[in-house]
Amino acid sequence: MRTWKFGDNIDTDAIIPGRYLVYNDPLVLASHAFEGTRNDFVKGVGPGDIIIGGRNFGCGSSREHAPLALAGAGIRYVVAVSFARIFYRNAVNVGLLPLVCPDADAIPDGEECRVDVDKHLITCGGRTYPIEPVPGFLLRIADAGGLIAFARNLEEVERCTGSQQ
Amino acid sequence: MGATIVEKIFSLKCGHSVRAGEVVMAPVDGAMIHDITGPLAIRNFFEMGGKEVFDPEKIILLFDHQVPADSLAAAENHVFMREFARNQRIHNYDIREGICHQVVLEKGRAGPGEIIVGADSHTCMYGATGAFATGIGSTDMGFVLKFGALYFRVPETIRAEVSGKFQRRVGPKDLILSIAKDIGADGATYQAIEFCGETFGTMPIHGRMTCCNMAIEMGAKAGIVPPDEVTYAYMQSRGRPGRVSIESDPDARYAARKKYDVTNLPPQIAIPHNVDLARDVGEVAGTRVDQVFIGSCTNGRFEDLADAAEVIGDRKFDESTRVIIIPASRDEYLKALQAGLIERFVKAGALVEAPCCGPCMGGAFGLLAPGEVSLSTSNRNFRGRQGSADASVYLCSPATAAASALYGEITDPREV
Repeated sequence: MRTWKFGDNIDTDAIIPGRYLVYNDPLVLASHAFEGTRNDFVKGVGPGDIIIGGRNFGCGSSREHAPLALAGAGIRYVVAVSFARIFYRNAVNVGLLPLVCPDADAIPDGEECRVDVDKHLITCGGRTYPIEPVPGFLLRIADAGGLIAFARNLEEVERCTGSQQ
Repeated sequence: MGATIVEKIFSLKCGHSVRAGEVVMAPVDGAMIHDITGPLAIRNFFEMGGKEVFDPEKIILLFDHQVPADSLAAAENHVFMREFARNQRIHNYDIREGICHQVVLEKGRAGPGEIIVGADSHTCMYGATGAFATGIGSTDMGFVLKFGALYFRVPETIRAEVSGKFQRRVGPKDLILSIAKDIGADGATYQAIEFCGETFGTMPIHGRMTCCNMAIEMGAKAGIVPPDEVTYAYMQSRGRPGRVSIESDPDARYAARKKYDVTNLPPQIAIPHNVDLARDVGEVAGTRVDQVFIGSCTNGRFEDLADAAEVIGDRKFDESTRVIIIPASRDEYLKALQAGLIERFVKAGALVEAPCCGPCMGGAFGLLAPGEVSLSTSNRNFRGRQGSADASVYLCSPATAAASALYGEITDPREV
């Protein structure tokens, strides 16, 4: 499970350029992921690989095509110092788990890593990096297998019954 | 401890006090989908077991990113959405009206105190009318189409108080670029930005739209201007008379309080490749530009086009620069047409296109080749945003774009 490392402010145009937004199939989108930004990604990415980002990963557009392209490429986890809000939520909704790791900048590119969500840890080459827990209401969605699976079991939703995060 | 306007909107919708940090399943007053994110939202709606949308009257459906259809895939997406609109009895504005955010406001589909969601990040623009409006992804939108409600984490608020009077040919776009520089591309992530102070009090609604539109460029969930007489007059002109008085309490808790003064603010340019890289125009004046784009949901309104026309006068654009001008909507196009602006743009050498997103999203037309430079009144200058990843996009106001188009290089509009 190798890492693919990116810097700060990786925007959704970099993840999937606007000209491919006419497509909705994750596999088609995956074949253009990071096109023009990191062309070796599509050629080398394998199932279970991990994206490592800096600050504000996924900023910009609300296009769900961005997390879908990554999911289509076989990515399961995106680990970053911080995430843009809409990307973060979209990622959970499509079954891609975004994990906040304050030390993500220290994780090298091309490293073999293992993510342990329950223990809030990433282990890379003998070193461990702490990750922050996913907020409760999003974890319930993630545990259901994404928002579609979560919603399929609901006839109605109870309005304004909130919960502390 | 008092409440912010955002906390009050959620509290009113829920019938009990809701504070920042709480997660609530809140009802929405409107939901917007367009031709890029709509097809996925609709598929997700069906996959969630959706049969009938929660309320056809509350859904705004239109096409603006790829109109008229510029590829077979786009045409198929349009057909798919047309059929959905017909089957669900949703009014379909189709390709007729213009850019989604402008159309939502023009049609009076967002107003003070409402919660509106859109499957587009610049949905935050509706905060110009005192609405809480935020962009969501297609799966969240599928959920909204089915249930008419969505999980929201009620955001903390940054208060941005602005004073002073703009210099000639300096305006709201310059202000919001300078605020983005100060707050940073992720400085307002998960938060709302409340725009207030004397400058906003006297700012016309179109300028408020420009500022709220770009709240997302600081990572914000929403931008909002508390409703006042300017808001009520605009809502009345959209067929929605009445007042919804709602504002933050003086002792509301803010995440941060920022103060800005526009008195000496020069025209601003965001340099490649991030929106928060704003510079005074003088620092980049003389940079050659291959393409100038005046338009988008940020700056494609009549007043923006009038600003550009005022700068141009009867002069012609530089012949080595391509100038593309796109009114934000049919209404704005008509206003510009009747005021003679379109004729002036065409005579000056511009390509004037029918209302749509145009080159802003880098998918339809007006793409940049490697090495080319674009100066654009839109909202994003990310690498590759308008075509090649080896092209450069600079962002500015309509006045600066017009002045620069005259000379083929970045030019201070106060000096032409």
